[in-house]
Amino acid sequence: MTASGDVMVTGHGTVPTAAHETGTPLHEERGVNTALLGMLLFIASEVMFFGGLFAVYFNVRAANRVWPPEGFHVEALPIPLIATIILVVSSFTMQRAVWRIRANDRTGMNRALLVTLLLGIVFLAIQLYDYTTLGFGLSSGVYGSLFYTMTGFHGAHVFGGVIGILVVMLRGMAGQFSAGHHVAVEAVSIYWHFVDVVWIALFTTLYLLR
Amino acid sequence: MATTALTPRAIPYPRSRVYEWLTTTDHKKIGVLYITSSFIFFLLAGILALFIRSELALPGSQIFDPTSGLYNQVFTMHGTTMIFLFVMPMLTGFGNYIVPLQIGAADMAFPRINALSFWMIPLSGILLFSGFFLGGAAAAGWTSYAPLSAREVGPGQDLWIVGLILNGTSSILGGINFIATIFKLRAPGMTLMRMPLFVWNVLVTSLLLLFAVPVLTSALIMLFIDRNYGGGFFNPAAGGNAILWQHVFWFFGHPEVYIMILPAFGIISEVLPVFSRKPLFGYRAFVMATVAIGALGFGVWAHHMFTTGSVYLPFFAFTTFLISVPTGVKMFNWIATMWRGRLQFTTAMLFAVGFLATFLIGGLDGAFAAAAPVDFHLQDTYWVVSHLHYVLFGGSAFGVFAATYYWFPKIFGVRLDEGFGKIHFTLHFLGTQLAFFPMHLLGLDGMPRRIQDYSPAAGWQDMNVLSTIGAFMIAISILPFLWNVFISLRKPRDAGDDPWDAFTLEWATTSPPPPHNFDALPPIRSERPLFDLKYGELMGGHAGQHATPAEAAGYPTEADREAQSDPQGRADLPTNPTVADVEAGTTARSEAGGSGVIVVRPADSEAPGQPAAPATEAAPETPAAPETPATPETGEPKLVPPVTHAPGEGEVTSAADASRPSAEVTERVRRQARQKGTPPSDARPEEPR
Repeated sequence: MTASGDVMVTGHGTVPTAAHETGTPLHEERGVNTALLGMLLFIASEVMFFGGLFAVYFNVRAANRVWPPEGFHVEALPIPLIATIILVVSSFTMQRAVWRIRANDRTGMNRALLVTLLLGIVFLAIQLYDYTTLGFGLSSGVYGSLFYTMTGFHGAHVFGGVIGILVVMLRGMAGQFSAGHHVAVEAVSIYWHFVDVVWIALFTTLYLLR
Repeated sequence: MATTALTPRAIPYPRSRVYEWLTTTDHKKIGVLYITSSFIFFLLAGILALFIRSELALPGSQIFDPTSGLYNQVFTMHGTTMIFLFVMPMLTGFGNYIVPLQIGAADMAFPRINALSFWMIPLSGILLFSGFFLGGAAAAGWTSYAPLSAREVGPGQDLWIVGLILNGTSSILGGINFIATIFKLRAPGMTLMRMPLFVWNVLVTSLLLLFAVPVLTSALIMLFIDRNYGGGFFNPAAGGNAILWQHVFWFFGHPEVYIMILPAFGIISEVLPVFSRKPLFGYRAFVMATVAIGALGFGVWAHHMFTTGSVYLPFFAFTTFLISVPTGVKMFNWIATMWRGRLQFTTAMLFAVGFLATFLIGGLDGAFAAAAPVDFHLQDTYWVVSHLHYVLFGGSAFGVFAATYYWFPKIFGVRLDEGFGKIHFTLHFLGTQLAFFPMHLLGLDGMPRRIQDYSPAAGWQDMNVLSTIGAFMIAISILPFLWNVFISLRKPRDAGDDPWDAFTLEWATTSPPPPHNFDALPPIRSERPLFDLKYGELMGGHAGQHATPAEAAGYPTEADREAQSDPQGRADLPTNPTVADVEAGTTARSEAGGSGVIVVRPADSEAPGQPAAPATEAAPETPAAPETPATPETGEPKLVPPVTHAPGEGEVTSAADASRPSAEVTERVRRQARQKGTPPSDARPEEPR
């Protein structure tokens, strides 16, 4: 018998020990992965960030009789609609990447990531081109401030997503992911879907609900 | 005897201690960094407060040249620093240190993000304060109302914006880290309703941070665009709306109030039960009240804007009164916890009781301002200044000092001196009342906040002098505290693991804890696992208030398996226990433990005198029968209740124990428990009802 301390004897036999002492994890992964939970919580905070911008938009809109104000005009067709379609398609290719790696198909994942990456870059290029055609700027009244701040911060998030996809793709090309080990791919994919959903809300708000 | 060959631990290579601290990802070191840096900012902001009070003591200009605008910078930086660089990071620091310990985790969920969160804080502080050297700090008040803040010239306001965005990012990341830690890293057995109340309050605070701070970030970005890129958000001439800033700011700003007070509520809820020798009265109600405060906190922001004429007064007045209900529930929880307890007035306890008194005043004068008609008279007077200092200084800061005296021995292994502590508390408490109570009267008399000067004919001088004296008393009270810390850190670190005979898991490890926190954890059957470990047998069943009969008998239940995450632990279980097993276990227990039949009931509801018999019988001098049932060799189901068998005799172990490092720490806790657990019947840990 050992005299290892009666606290060790619990009803269910053992008490967990510190991870580095035994080499076994202190806490088995159950439920949602911790890193994914972190990403979901981060997205919750991002929702509140965009929520603040949207709240200001609708407040100002409600206070102005004419909307958009005189001299401001944006068209949903054709460029913004094309950009929207590109971003929505990129969400599907991103999801394909996740499904491929879940099936342990790393090459398929890398291909899908590459497509997603290119679609993201094309979206950003289209948005920048669109900015040059609008004819109003950040400082030309509250509409311009709102339009550029909302779409600009969304664009910054797309840019962040593109970086994330690039990192994940490079890691994928280095062979770092497998069916059982690809939490980074899942996290980036959740983030990318979020960015997509924000764009759909922006597109609806700025271009359709005029 | 099977032993496990452990991989030899890596030999630590020599690194300087400075490098060690700058690069640490250990939640305890990060916690200490948070606490230390916040305290430095507390001293800085306190010095600014002394300037303000010296200026206001008498009519006329004492310190500040009225044309320089420096006074505006000083009160802006005082408020901003106290809120964003003292209270929030200080409470985060205690959360960082204590939460992983209280839930039995080895660290936070994301240790490197934790370090990132911390290092943003001093950087944001440097940005905020650098304004003083770059042509003037921010001067639009900590609320920075537009359009004033949009027009304020100079880099100070922009540095303020950038600093707060950085600070807010740190808070968001910290909140994410706490939520992930609390949801993912709790020890087996610690269900949500067994979490210590400090953990509960940090959890709700983190949710508030997660949902409120990003809104501030968006407001700050819009203000930055207005100031620097010709934006029109808050500029009516461009089609914007100046009142909009107040809406967005206070949508963050009111949850922020609860972000600053909820962790202090948690601290008080740890300190009061330990020094009343009772469990917290109404654990469930307290948890519900905490959650309710968190939820309602998002529906009251416009009570800061009653006089703007752009909010619906009845709704926001109603929600504001509503949110005082859960706060009142907590007040009753605390008072009922102390009721008929065996009170020990340590300095930590004094600060906790002082918190109750001061926060009650702050809560009541807040309720006055919640009534819209009254608020029209009180808006922007010193009444508001009084209210916010009563709840923030009398509330949060008292909580911080209670936490400091309570957890200092855990963090540094030595208790703070009680004599100096009591001097500190006395000066601190009296100074607080003297500094802030006269402000009520000044506010009723119409003295506006944020003024630098007033007419001698206004009749405000007497109260202002009193208030200034109080402010200096508070400042002087910090001196014995600093001296106390200084001399205590030079003493031998002999506080022991559990100097307060406390209830929660952070006291079940060494002081200070090892880098991995725990070698072993006691079974968790209530929100007071360490109390159960030490006194469970005296209480007629080691299980706490919320234990099921099966748990009381020492068997895992569904809830255990929910929380159980140690695969070996489950493998060790021969079979799932049946009801019959449980009954057998009960029998075995009553024979072996000699502590009578298990009666499961709330630990604080037993009849007087009932625990007395087990108390004497279970004393270590009379070790109970050694024929504790099963051994691992027999492969029998282990009918061994967790902590009931007598120490030293009939050691029972399981096969898994041999492969585990011996739990010196926990044994030490046990030994301590044995020494203390030999009470004459009048020294029972809890007062009978």
